[in-house]
Amino acid sequence: MDSKFKTPFGQFAYSVFAWIVGLTVFFPILWMVLTSFKSELDAVNMPPLFFDFNWTLENYSGILEQSNYFKFAMNSIILSFGSTFLGLIFAVTCAWAMAFNPTKRTKDTLLWMLSTKMMPPVGVLVPIYLVFRDWGLLDTRFGLIMVLFLMNLPIMVWMLYTYFKEIPKDILEAARMDGATLPKEIIFVLLPMALPGIASTMLLNIILAWNEAFWTLNLTTSDAAPLTAFIASYSSPEGLFWAKLSAASTLAVAPILIVGWFSQKQLVRGLTFGAVK
Amino acid sequence: MRNIMGAALCALLAGGVAFGASAETKLTIATVNNGDMIRMQKLTDDFTKKNPDISLEWVTLEENTLRQRVTTDIATNSGQYDIMTIGTYEAPIWAKKGWLAPLENLGADYDVDDIMPSIRSALSNDDKLYAAPFYAESSMMMYRKDLFEKAGIEINGRLTWDQTLDIAKKLNDPANGVYGICLRGKAGWGENMALISTMGNAYGARWFDEEWKPEFNGQEWKDALSMYVDILGKYGPPGATSNGFNENLSLFNAGKCGMWIDATVAASFVTNPKDSKVADKVGFTEAPCAVTCTGANWLWAWNLAIPASSKNTEAAEKFIAWATSKSYLELVASKDGWANVPPGTRMSLYQNEKYLDAAPFAIKTLAAIDSADPINSTLKPKPYVGVQFAAIPEFQGIGTVVGQQFSAALAGQVTVDQALANAQESTDRTMQKAGYY
Repeated sequence: MDSKFKTPFGQFAYSVFAWIVGLTVFFPILWMVLTSFKSELDAVNMPPLFFDFNWTLENYSGILEQSNYFKFAMNSIILSFGSTFLGLIFAVTCAWAMAFNPTKRTKDTLLWMLSTKMMPPVGVLVPIYLVFRDWGLLDTRFGLIMVLFLMNLPIMVWMLYTYFKEIPKDILEAARMDGATLPKEIIFVLLPMALPGIASTMLLNIILAWNEAFWTLNLTTSDAAPLTAFIASYSSPEGLFWAKLSAASTLAVAPILIVGWFSQKQLVRGLTFGAVK
Repeated sequence: MRNIMGAALCALLAGGVAFGASAETKLTIATVNNGDMIRMQKLTDDFTKKNPDISLEWVTLEENTLRQRVTTDIATNSGQYDIMTIGTYEAPIWAKKGWLAPLENLGADYDVDDIMPSIRSALSNDDKLYAAPFYAESSMMMYRKDLFEKAGIEINGRLTWDQTLDIAKKLNDPANGVYGICLRGKAGWGENMALISTMGNAYGARWFDEEWKPEFNGQEWKDALSMYVDILGKYGPPGATSNGFNENLSLFNAGKCGMWIDATVAASFVTNPKDSKVADKVGFTEAPCAVTCTGANWLWAWNLAIPASSKNTEAAEKFIAWATSKSYLELVASKDGWANVPPGTRMSLYQNEKYLDAAPFAIKTLAAIDSADPINSTLKPKPYVGVQFAAIPEFQGIGTVVGQQFSAALAGQVTVDQALANAQESTDRTMQKAGYY
């Protein structure tokens, strides 16, 4: 930390600044949770009501009565964890090859992989929709897991590649000298050392897959519909809906928020890994 | 041994056939999250009790997502849905393309002649009905009776836009949080353009002439847009360019609008004391006219239709007949009261004394829907069907671009003349590209 932050005033100013930034980032989520406990009329009241309103649970009870929340939540869990685990299998092997056995085309390959993320998804909606229709994959969890897995694979490879690059090649060579086969080398030597990186890659991808709202809305109807479809069903073109929508959103983000809360140490460590060289 | 096996096989097959016969038909229904639709979902026990072999799966989506989802599904013939909720804009276009199955077996007691003629004609193609209306709406003016009284304003007959401007000026009192008029300002073919198109119709304008050429360079559109920018810019709430139906509804319910011209369906919301602070102070009158009253109020309906790709047409038609029947209206009335029945689709509803007593806005709603004719909605002849839209596939794109221009004029980013010139140029380009001329 810079020396000017070490004075009492500097530390105080630093804390105030950090709190302001923190509260600004957190405010929309707080507002969403507060709105979920309001009546529809209070939700659109001007000036906005902060805590002085009639707290009600009717939005939550209405939502749980109207929709099968647990079905949507279960689909979200299956899709995000399924696509992430599948992705890890491919990304670890891919990143191993690129980090420890690079060729002169490795950098280009990495860039090319990332370039697939640059196209807006709607550009390939119709072709993918037709493939899904013909293969009977519309509204199936398997189909969506494949799409989410392929969509997040470039990011997973990139992240793992960055972590693997930090690991000295000599350790893997030493293991090989001691007679470790390739699978053993990856599972018993590489993975334990790269665990923070793998954990944060997993977490980030679970969050990305959980929040993905284009493919999950367009390729599902009911059987495989996750929480994004659940939220989308509470927006209304004619009639007030903010309180109900907020309650639906709170229910949808609650599980991933809790997972993120418990794993924030790993997440921050993994994300800043290799940031200071 | 062979006999025993044969008998077992027969028994299995017979069981299979019996099982097949009693197997449920699952209907997947795509719909929007409007109050009337949610009520229908809650009442479906009545249908499934009468039809135990049919089960229902609801997919509720936000309006734009629904439109995108349903269009993709129907254009690729994927058959994900058995029933779709579509608007009066999509119905004639999709029917013409052969994307919808005609509704020909709605049952003897359905009484198709009881459907409002204007709605029926909007949903028909070659005299065949392709969608059944679930609820319909027009536009009308909702106003604050107390503020009118205080300002000494009386309504005699149908207002003109010039008179409306004068009233807005008198009611406008921003210091006390009341604005003269609230209107849609958010850009979009179904947002600000719904209202501005009806204003255009009232001033004698039309979207296209008989040769499909846009007419934004005429004096009629200039008068209409100048009035819109003038009245809403001077006497409307601040930030009106981001106000759509819901934003205006919350403003009106909070007592901040002297007048509001919007969908007739809003009448039941603004008179509901649970949601509105001004529930007992609201009056209703027709949307204003200018040089004509033809097309001065819009026509829209949410309808149930069966995509041609559905494999359960028969069961789907049974459900549509149930949901849009006269007995469904009675069912809603018995559960939630007459004021909550889906309005605007059946003429018999407006002859029902109980409904007329329960819904003070019923007569005005009927008059508005009755007078909106999607075929004859402009002073000069036109080649398209639709009051506040033109039922051609290109209209969504055109309407949104023009809506953005008009919204920019309201915000003061461009002048009325510039906005009209830009609208003319972009529409002309799109229509040429699409091969209309």
